[in-house]
Amino acid sequence: MEQRFDIAVIGGGVVGLALLRRFAIAGLKCVLLERGSDILSGASKGNSALLHTGFDAPPKSLELRCMKAGYAEYLRIRQKLNLPLIESTAIVVAWNEAELAALPGIVEKAHKNGIADVRAISQTELRLKEPELAKHALGGVFVPGEHIIDAWSAPLAYAHQALAHGAVILRNAEVTDGEFARDVWTLASRQGKITASVVINAAGNFGDLVEMMARLPPFTIKPRKGQFVVFDKPAYKLLRAIVLPVPTARTKGVVLFRTAFGNLAVGPTAEDQDEREIPTCDHDTLEKLKSRAIEMIPALTGIDVNAIYAGLRPASDQKDYVIEAVKDRNWITVGGIRSTGLTAALGIADYAVQLYQKNFGKLPKKPAEEVWTPVPNLSEGRIRPFMMGGEIVCHCEHVTRGEIAAALEGPLPAGDMGGLKRRTRAMMGRCQGFYCSAHIADITRGRFDGKP
Amino acid sequence: MESHDVIIVGGGPTGLSAARRLADLGIRDVVVLEREAEAGGIPRHCGHLGFGWQSHRRLWGGPRFAAELRKSASGLDVRTATTVIELSRDGQLRVQGSTGISEMKARRVLVATGTRETPRSARLVGGSRPQGVMNTGALQQHVYIFHNKPFERPVIIGSELVSFSALLTCRHLGIRPVAMIEENPRISAQRPAALIARLAFGVPVRTSTKLIAIEGRTTVEAVEIERSGKREHITCDGVIFTGLFRPETALFPTGLPSEKFSSAGNVSGLLKTSGECWLQGVAAAQDIAGRLA
Ligand SMILES: Cc1cc2nc3c(=O)[nH]c(=O)nc-3n(C[C@H](O)[C@H](O)[C@H](O)COP(=O)(O)OP(=O)(O)OC[C@H]3O[C@@H](n4cnc5c(N)ncnc54)[C@H](O)[C@@H]3O)c2cc1C
Ligand SMILES: Cc1cc2nc3c(=O)[nH]c(=O)nc-3n(C[C@H](O)[C@H](O)[C@H](O)COP(=O)(O)OP(=O)(O)OC[C@H]3O[C@@H](n4cnc5c(N)ncnc54)[C@H](O)[C@@H]3O)c2cc1C
Repeated sequence: MEQRFDIAVIGGGVVGLALLRRFAIAGLKCVLLERGSDILSGASKGNSALLHTGFDAPPKSLELRCMKAGYAEYLRIRQKLNLPLIESTAIVVAWNEAELAALPGIVEKAHKNGIADVRAISQTELRLKEPELAKHALGGVFVPGEHIIDAWSAPLAYAHQALAHGAVILRNAEVTDGEFARDVWTLASRQGKITASVVINAAGNFGDLVEMMARLPPFTIKPRKGQFVVFDKPAYKLLRAIVLPVPTARTKGVVLFRTAFGNLAVGPTAEDQDEREIPTCDHDTLEKLKSRAIEMIPALTGIDVNAIYAGLRPASDQKDYVIEAVKDRNWITVGGIRSTGLTAALGIADYAVQLYQKNFGKLPKKPAEEVWTPVPNLSEGRIRPFMMGGEIVCHCEHVTRGEIAAALEGPLPAGDMGGLKRRTRAMMGRCQGFYCSAHIADITRGRFDGKP
Repeated sequence: MESHDVIIVGGGPTGLSAARRLADLGIRDVVVLEREAEAGGIPRHCGHLGFGWQSHRRLWGGPRFAAELRKSASGLDVRTATTVIELSRDGQLRVQGSTGISEMKARRVLVATGTRETPRSARLVGGSRPQGVMNTGALQQHVYIFHNKPFERPVIIGSELVSFSALLTCRHLGIRPVAMIEENPRISAQRPAALIARLAFGVPVRTSTKLIAIEGRTTVEAVEIERSGKREHITCDGVIFTGLFRPETALFPTGLPSEKFSSAGNVSGLLKTSGECWLQGVAAAQDIAGRLA
């Protein structure tokens, strides 16, 4: 690619895509390089999809600041991008006396963090709100602002909006080397050389490795795995709020939450490990998650498991996000975006634009009129294409042939089978492809052979 | 609202045989709703022999049997690419078709939605999530409907009768399974099948062996198994999860909504052969005819 870009973003996770969107809307010429065969190949592919208020984030942290800004911006733009919001609320539930004793501290911290509507609720109120919770739930902290979103459609929408503003997204484009000379970066990638004035490192679990192109990394990535078990549709109606654990020194609880696709899930675990790329599940942990869920909601007994998955948080040895500009290297580091990046992404992008202006110059005077690129809706409770007719291909999730065709077209077609699933929900239901996977393999035949 | 004497949900052997029988008994206002583009159910993709005896006194492959069932239902109101989305108590159905969603109503509804196998996820099998992991049903569709070879050297998990169908399906396209893995000390299917596996196909059958994890980046590279506490790896490029049948009860997870509904065939309990399902369809039709009279 001959053209010189203003910005090159390394990494096509939710953070990289939010950055690309923000800088492209600001009028800069941007390119994003993603190593995987599709966007969302890393941490952003498997998370809990919760939009957090930041009530329990470290006070005064950059993380909290970005979460609050990201949360607010998501609410502002989501309708224009056709993104869902399931206003579930959350309750931190105490299951024993020790946890009950910790609740006032949680409320206090939330208020310190500026989330004023957080309050303690009694066992009676808890039962009224969540009648299916096991009887040994003693009380809780109610967090009205915690919500559920669709973790795949949001970054996809950011990507599309960036493209509409002239950005370029290259997949199968691992950056293998970078050279900074005469104020210009030349990045070597599997898609050829790319030149750019400023590089932003948003490489997730590979952040510290990528950082070495610019300097000695100020952080070390410590991937932290989280496993999940997803229950079948009948479980959805057993819960309204996101049920959060009380963090104590002794126990690491798990979260129970509904999904935008009409399921109920339990997870994630928190397992430190070295593997940066492939999150694996293991039977015993899945078994434990499942029984823990049933312990919390007895009515889950006998409801089928639809899916299992795991994700890798790009945690680091630092307490906070590492977002900083390296002025003499024309470099912006966005590292260690551990367990809140889906929420914080838009806020991180905003913060990065401020760093850019402070260190690398002004933004163009008059940015173009903002273009909105609504994405197809995948969420329950809103209009979905099958309701309008058309041939259903994936029967469990009601995915039409038209939706699959659309996901294989356009400016950012699915780059692999996982990408197709994330764009449509196909094959993610109770049968896991028993009925439709061969059909879909036929529809996509010859498509996914390492195309950029 | 569109209203009928009988609506049959599912156009497999059970549903089609019930529809035929109802017509023969003089009940004309019957509609079969089938979500696939073609009726016939599971036999459409069971390429091996073993179908048609109970109904036609013939021995056919599944696709031929499905075709004969469709033929015997010609002239009846069988609506394909039509999905039932929801059942409600009063015999009403929410139905999706090419023009969108509509409501239908019937005096009696027969649910004949069949069965499927338990996928990897519900078995809580660990490891990574590469391509090339599927049930027999999906494999059969790959091979017999789409003529696609999803892998070359898979392992087969389970040793029920359907596991041997999986073996036969593999052979059809020259796929050579590297092992059949059974958690129990003995093969689940009856003895002859075990002999077939060992003698005719040369596929090693490993009993008392548990699948621990699936490995591989984008496609399957190996499985980890355990036998008497010892773990080992088998190199392979696919995993076929066979059997552990689950009735397809998505429409009524907690039971049929009212007296107006009944179910028959493989959705209603233990696995039956296509012939038994065909006979059940006949019986269900007679029962419904009696109630309507
Ligand atoms: C189990 C779990 C649960 C979570 N729950 C929530 C939640 O409920 N709410 C919430 O807000 N957040 C949640 N998160 C956090 C959120 O998922 C992450 O913070 C976020 O996905 C991080 O995004 P990222 O873009 O920084 O990293 P990634 O998504 O990992 O993106 C980095 C990308 O860079 C690419 N890359 C790496 N090296 C190179 C290279 N050399 N060249 C080119 N590309 C490269 C990778 O392939 C990857 O796609 C959760 C995370 C996990 C794991
Ligand atoms: C992988 C596999 C292999 C098998 N191999 C054999 C074999 O070799 N020999 C044998 O005798 N039996 C075999 N069986 C058993 C098989 O189930 C029976 O042969 C027979 O097909 C059962 O008939 P059925 O009509 O009850 O169900 P099915 O044949 O499953 O038909 C059910 C029909 O209902 C439709 N349907 C489901 N839900 C809806 C809805 N909501 N709306 C509209 N339509 C719907 C489906 O699309 C399907 O066409 C096998 C089963 C499986 C799963």
